[in-house]
Amino acid sequence: MSALLRQSRVLKLGGIIAVFAVALALPAISPDPATTNIAVFTMMYVGLATAWNIMGGYTGYISLGHAGFFGFGSYTLGLLLAHLGVAAGYTPFLLVPVAGLGTAVLAVAIGWFALRTRAATFVIVTIAFMFMLQLLAENLVGLTGGGGGLSFPVPPWGGDYFNTPYYYAMLALATLALAVSWRIRRSKFGLGLLAIRDDEDKALAVGVPTRAFKLTAFVVSAALVGMIGAVYGYYVTYIYPQFVIDPLIGISMVLMVFLGGLGTLSGPVLGALILEPTQLWLAYNFGATRLYLVLYAGVFLGVILLLPRGIVPSVMELIERRRARAGPSASTPAKVAAR
Amino acid sequence: MSLLQVDGLCKRFGGVVAVDDCSLSVAQGSITGLIGPNGSGKTTVFNLVTGFIPKDSGSVSFKARTIDGLGPDRIYGLGIGRTFQLARIFPRLTALENMLVPVRRRGLRALFSRADWGHEKARAMEMLEFLEIAHVADLLGGALSYGQRKLLELGAVMMAEPELVLLDEPAGGINPALLERIGDRIRRLNERGITFLLVEHNMSFVMNLCSEVVVLHRGRPIATGTPEAVRNDPAVLDAYLGA
Repeated sequence: MSALLRQSRVLKLGGIIAVFAVALALPAISPDPATTNIAVFTMMYVGLATAWNIMGGYTGYISLGHAGFFGFGSYTLGLLLAHLGVAAGYTPFLLVPVAGLGTAVLAVAIGWFALRTRAATFVIVTIAFMFMLQLLAENLVGLTGGGGGLSFPVPPWGGDYFNTPYYYAMLALATLALAVSWRIRRSKFGLGLLAIRDDEDKALAVGVPTRAFKLTAFVVSAALVGMIGAVYGYYVTYIYPQFVIDPLIGISMVLMVFLGGLGTLSGPVLGALILEPTQLWLAYNFGATRLYLVLYAGVFLGVILLLPRGIVPSVMELIERRRARAGPSASTPAKVAAR
Repeated sequence: MSLLQVDGLCKRFGGVVAVDDCSLSVAQGSITGLIGPNGSGKTTVFNLVTGFIPKDSGSVSFKARTIDGLGPDRIYGLGIGRTFQLARIFPRLTALENMLVPVRRRGLRALFSRADWGHEKARAMEMLEFLEIAHVADLLGGALSYGQRKLLELGAVMMAEPELVLLDEPAGGINPALLERIGDRIRRLNERGITFLLVEHNMSFVMNLCSEVVVLHRGRPIATGTPEAVRNDPAVLDAYLGA
């Protein structure tokens, strides 16, 4: 059995390296801007879904307000660049962590209040906070430019190369989110988060400091989303309150996680790789209509009805079952723990 | 010497007085039973002692130090474990993971390193073997039978090495063979120095196991003593049979 285990581990590692190599080489393989634009947004959602999953998947606290953190990170970088007079180029990328830090501070404050509630109330509170941020961005005209939007410096590079730096920035953040998610998933802290997901009061009864754990997960998740939002702002070069603090961004990351598998490591990646290119393909072919919303609604219904636990857990269970049936020698105990 | 001392505990839920000026003490090294008719406030006393609900008045001290105002996680950290009336475990974690959640670690680095340290796992497996459920270690909690869940919950609580364990109906809803096993394991853990306070309706279980019994009626203790003494106390008979 250990040989089998080692074999599957080698296979897994090989797969990860292969996917990563393709991701690294992508701008060289297909340099035309139409493709790399899709790649930037897809990688962005890989990062967003993975970051959201750290809170939503591990602790079971469904936040529909993460778009607020996305926009906040975006505005933080935009304002930093404007006030510090940073020239366009590669320097703005170095300030992305500062935007993440700012978002983390905001998340401590919001989490402090929001995490006094649970379940449906928590969902509503996160939505409310998101709209509050949107209203602030619209009305603090002196700071944010209000409905007129906020502009970022336009980078000096162009042509086929234009998207490439943003793609690598998004790839780096997605990789960071995955590394953090992986580390948390197998840590003592992560086990505490999963215990909270299963039964919060019971977790408290066996000594898990639930408030501190939930807040930490919330802040880590928000900070990653804020950094991704910052790169997004620099990429699109102009942000408006209603488009950067957009409930649809928040809902998209949630849907991707549900499709791929809530609480799994690879599920959010898979969900983003499926949904985001599809959405952009629809946008390219049917104009910038919101037709993709109909598709999203369909996917959401499909997931709820057919794959309530998402693709990854369902497929894993199928494999386990088949392996168990294949022969008693190779069968491990019926551990259908969907990871 | 008393390990747990409860003084003048009161709790009202709206107009209902659930616990009314309740004082009791649990001697170190004892297995103390807390019995009483349904609705007499036994579980509420547990919830007050372990910090799950705030008390209206009164005080609780553990090892001669007050634990008033502390939350459940802190109280567990001080050495008071508890189980729940209907065995509560983490259904989507494996039995082994269920055992690892309560293990305490010091420091941030330890918190962010692997959840399954070898010696912690070894201790967990030892406890599972002691309870005779080691064969289900890799199964999800949700896949276990009710009896196995009860044993798992007891085992998990023991992982942080508490000095006092409050058991809410350890004998509730399980078959006679398992009942005997649970009783035996509680006794053996007690021999290792762990003090128990248990709420139970199964009188023969209580009479066999407990060295001391407190009878609660309408949120207030009406009798305290050895099982034999309490059994023949007229106030107790009144409370149970109604007078």
